[in-house]
Formats: sequence, C-alpha cells, structure tokens
Amino acid sequence: MSTHVAAAAPAAAPGLESQPGTPTRTGLLIIGASQSGVQLAVSLRALGFDEHITLLGDEDHRPYQRPALSKEFLQGTVESESLIFRSNTYWAEHNVDLVKGEFIVRIDKEPDGSGVAHSASGKQFPFKRLALTVGARARKLEIEGGDLDGVLYLRNADDALALKARVGDARDVVVIGGGFIGLEAASSLQKMGKNVTVLEFGPRLVGRAVGEETADYFLQAHRARGLDIRLNTAAARFTADASGASVAGVELQDGTVLPAQIVLIGIGVIPNTQLAEQLSLAVDNGIVVDRYALASDGTTVAIGDCANMPNPVPGSAPGERIRLESVNNAIEHAKVAAYSLTGRREEYAGIPWFWSNQADLKLQIAGLCNGYDQTVIRRDQERGKFSVLYYRQGQVIAADCVNAPLDFMAVKNALAKGQNIPAGPAADPATPLKTITTDS
Amino acid sequence: MPTVHFTDAEGAVRDVQGNPGDSVMETAVRNGVPGIIAECGGSLSCATCHVFVREDCLSQLPPMEDMEDEMLYGTAVDREENSRLSCQLRLTDELDLFVTTPETQV
Ligand SMILES: Cc1cc2nc3c(=O)[nH]c(=O)nc-3n(C[C@H](O)[C@H](O)[C@H](O)COP(=O)(O)OP(=O)(O)OC[C@H]3O[C@@H](n4cnc5c(N)ncnc54)[C@H](O)[C@@H]3O)c2cc1C
Ligand code: FES
Repeated sequence: MSTHVAAAAPAAAPGLESQPGTPTRTGLLIIGASQSGVQLAVSLRALGFDEHITLLGDEDHRPYQRPALSKEFLQGTVESESLIFRSNTYWAEHNVDLVKGEFIVRIDKEPDGSGVAHSASGKQFPFKRLALTVGARARKLEIEGGDLDGVLYLRNADDALALKARVGDARDVVVIGGGFIGLEAASSLQKMGKNVTVLEFGPRLVGRAVGEETADYFLQAHRARGLDIRLNTAAARFTADASGASVAGVELQDGTVLPAQIVLIGIGVIPNTQLAEQLSLAVDNGIVVDRYALASDGTTVAIGDCANMPNPVPGSAPGERIRLESVNNAIEHAKVAAYSLTGRREEYAGIPWFWSNQADLKLQIAGLCNGYDQTVIRRDQERGKFSVLYYRQGQVIAADCVNAPLDFMAVKNALAKGQNIPAGPAADPATPLKTITTDS
Repeated sequence: MPTVHFTDAEGAVRDVQGNPGDSVMETAVRNGVPGIIAECGGSLSCATCHVFVREDCLSQLPPMEDMEDEMLYGTAVDREENSRLSCQLRLTDELDLFVTTPETQV
C-alpha cells in the first residue's frame, strides 16, 4: 500500500514540485494516526480537499478508538476489529496513504510550510503542509520499583494488550490515580473478578475535571459497589516478588504493603510537544494554536490532545486558553483545522462534551464548568440518576450527568443554541429540563 | 453477508455489506457512510448514530433499552416512531436492513 517510499528521493527545493518519475511530496502529512488525525483526513475529503494525504503513525495497528481500551476491550466485550476507525478500502478510495510503525524524530521545515519529516528508521517523508496530531503520553510515576514487570500504564492498544495478557494470573490489582482512566480500568478489572484498590493522592476523585458533588457521588457509588478507594494516599515504592523481576506489592507512605500482581498507573498525560519544540513552535502545556488551529509559524496545524487552544466555548473570557483531552474535542478541532487548510476560516464553537463509563455508572459531561459560581443538584435516588448543573451569573455553562441522558442532552442542546435553563425550576428533579429551557 | 441499505436525507441510496455481529453503526462508519458520526464509538453516550428504520424492518430488531430510549430524545433531528440508535442494532445473517440517515447528527 505504501506509495510514499521517498527515502531515496532528492528533496525538492521548497515550493517546487518533484520531477516526474520521482515520488511527489504528499500534499498533507499528518503525524499521529489516531482520533484527531483520522478525523482531519476524513473532514478534508468531505470538504473536497483533493491533494494527496499521508496519515502516519508510530503504532503498528490500523488507527483505532482508545476509549474502549479501559472499558469494553479490557472486559472482552468488544473485539479489536470493531475498534478500527475505517476499512483499508476507505483509505485507498480516498487517496489517503496510511503509514504504520514510523516514529518521526525530526522535521526540516521551510517558511512556506513545506518540508521533510525524518523517521527513526531513517525514512523521509516530504510534504507540502504539515499537521501535528501527536496526542499525549502517560505521565510516569518515578518511584522505586517503577520498572518492575507488571507495573503498567494504559494509553494505547499495546498497553491494553499487555494488561489483558496479565489479568488472568492476577488476583490483586492496585490502580494508582483516581481519574477517569484509573476509575474506568478499576471498574472493569473489578467486574472481571479482581480484588482492586484505587489509590488517589488528592483529597477527592477525578481531580478538577468534575465538581465536588460529582466527585463525592462517584466516591460513594464506587465504594458501595465494593471498590476499595483510598484518598489522600500515595504509593512510596513497589516491592518485587522472589524473582526480583515482577511486582508483588505497593508500599504506602505509612509502611502498609498492599499485595498486587498488577499495578496500573493512571496519573494523567503529558502532551507530545517534542516535534513542535524542535520546530521552534510556541509551546505551553501543549502546542499553542490560534482559533484556526494554526501553530505559531502560521502554517502547521496542531489539533487534539497535543494542542493548547483558545477556549472554544461561546462567551468564555477573552484570551482564555485550554487543552482538552477528549474524543469530542479531537473531532471538533480536526474540523476547524480542515476548514483552515482549505482556506475557510471558521471558528471552533462546538460545545465540548465528554463521557466516561464506570461499572453501571454512565457519566456524561456537557460544557466546561470553569468559573462557575452556583450549582444545582438533581438527584433521583430511586432510579440512580444524578446531575449537577453549573451556572455563571445565572447562565447554565455545564452539567455532569450520571445515568441521566435526558439532562445531559437538554443541557448540551441548550448550550449549543445559546439558551438557558433557569436554576430555580431546574432544582426539581422531576421537571424535565427540556420543558424549562428559555431563550436566555 | 447481511446488507444494510442506507438512504441519505436527499434520497441517495448506498448498500453496504457487513459482518454478522457488527452493529449498523460500525458498518456505516468503517465504510465512510456520511450521515453517521458515532462520536462515542457505540457506547450509547452520544446519540450521533441516529437512523430511521424502514417500518417493515422494525419488528426484526431487538427492543430498545431505556438508555437508548432516553438518548433518542436528544438527537439533532427529532426522533420519530421508527428512530433507533444504529450502534445498538446488530447485523445477523437473516437481516437485510433499510435505514435512512437524518439530515444532520449535530
Ligand atoms: C484508555 C483511554 C480511555 C479513554 N476514554 C475516553 C472517553 O471515554 N471519552 C473521551 O471523550 N475520551 C476518552 N479518552 C481520550 C481520547 O481517547 C483522546 O482524547 C483522543 O484519543 C485524542 O486523540 P488525538 O488524536 O489527539 O491523540 P492520540 O489519540 O493520543 O493519538 C496520537 C497518536 O500519535 C502518535 N504519535 C505521537 N508522536 C508521534 C511521532 N513522533 N511519530 C509518529 N506518531 C506519533 C501516537 O502514538 C498516537 O497514536 C480515553 C483515552 C484513553 C487512553
Ligand atoms: S455511537 Fe454514540 S450513541 Fe451510538
């Protein structure tokens, strides 16, 4: 399938097409073949972009969806094949060259946006335009024993396969980090019959992604389902088994040792900015981009988990920046970049949303709750539904909804249409939010 | 092989062959059928895989669960009697399914 074999091609002078007979530089080189890179290629084709596209990634898998890795895939309820985004036929029909297993280590770039990317294996990929969709990598926990066999992370398919391969032999699992990935994996592993303990360094679950009330709800709900969650607790070191090679336990700061044949660490991610730095692009908790997804050189686009962008929510404070880690953002941001690359300057004004499935708890978040000054809680104990609506100066800005898709949908739709859901009437959980939505 | 016949909002038809066990959504997305977004990849969280099922096919489908029912109230194009979320519909060897995709999913 690879028609791009460009290693031997003389790099054409910037701005010039290659000579007939030599491989042409690709119209757009997308580095990072995952959620945002795939969406960029797909959106460009939908907009009529007719140049050749190379979608390149370092993983040895066809591009796949990550969310299931901590949920259905881990539990074995979906097959790996159904995680694949697009069939090979689709890429061939749409003139997109999919390159797997090439890690880009350096890029030479000209002021006009063209250049050549160099991979670790020595291949060269000449391009006219460049997109960085390089995502983020798992943050490492640097403590004694961190390199023992069985101390694992969960960011990509290989990580998930490594975890799955060990699950069968394990009885006790310690999950470090009470964020989304940690809690999803912990719930999945518990469902698979493991004895799971979650250690959270902070005073509550899910850091700053949700408000206090939602964090509390999850703490109670998970404990009620038998998950051992320890807040304000840090791991001091990992102990080894008799062989000295594999992990056997987690020693806490107070000296307690929890047995663990698997330790899964989920303490956040770090955006991949190495290539951007090498290109001297502005970087600040991600690759800094403008509202058109353009990096500081004005030609490279950067999107998804790796990008730090102006807050896209309508009405947010001017100059406010944000880096989002979600499927929805990867998709919406890719659309902005696709418009930008086809010369249409459209602004990103989608309503960010997010989901996380943990045991029988379906969390859906609409909007961003930054800067809220009021919350309204809707709790239906009997049916296990729970929502928190966030307000700023009387205007609803976000909602966390657990097993309450109607609330989620109502808030998401209201935000998209610039409407409001007045706090007073919203406080009655029996009132459908849709019926009290007002035109601000 | 089971076939899903997708009709878009303008009336254009596209027939896609799928594998038994796959969902209608997966079959659409993998082949790039426009009109199905499926942001959540089938985990019943996004309602962007909404389809209208041809009346005579409805009875062959599994009944919907409460969650699907509730999610359908939030679709971009309003739900109808024959609305389903295509990630919840699995292909079987016997199934030849006719669905229409809505004008928009967002
Ligand atoms: C286990 C798990 C569960 C999740 N669950 C949810 C969920 O329920 N809901 C939700 O909204 N989001 C979820 N997410 C987050 C979501 O998957 C990410 O936000 C999304 O994948 C971001 O897409 P991206 O394309 O920006 O980056 P990534 O998906 O990180 O892709 C970047 C790709 O670039 C490759 N790459 C990096 N550097 C190079 C290089 N130099 N050369 C070549 N290739 C390179 C990487 O290997 C990777 O394949 C989850 C993530 C994980 C890991
Ligand atoms: S794909 Fe998201 S609800 Fe069907």
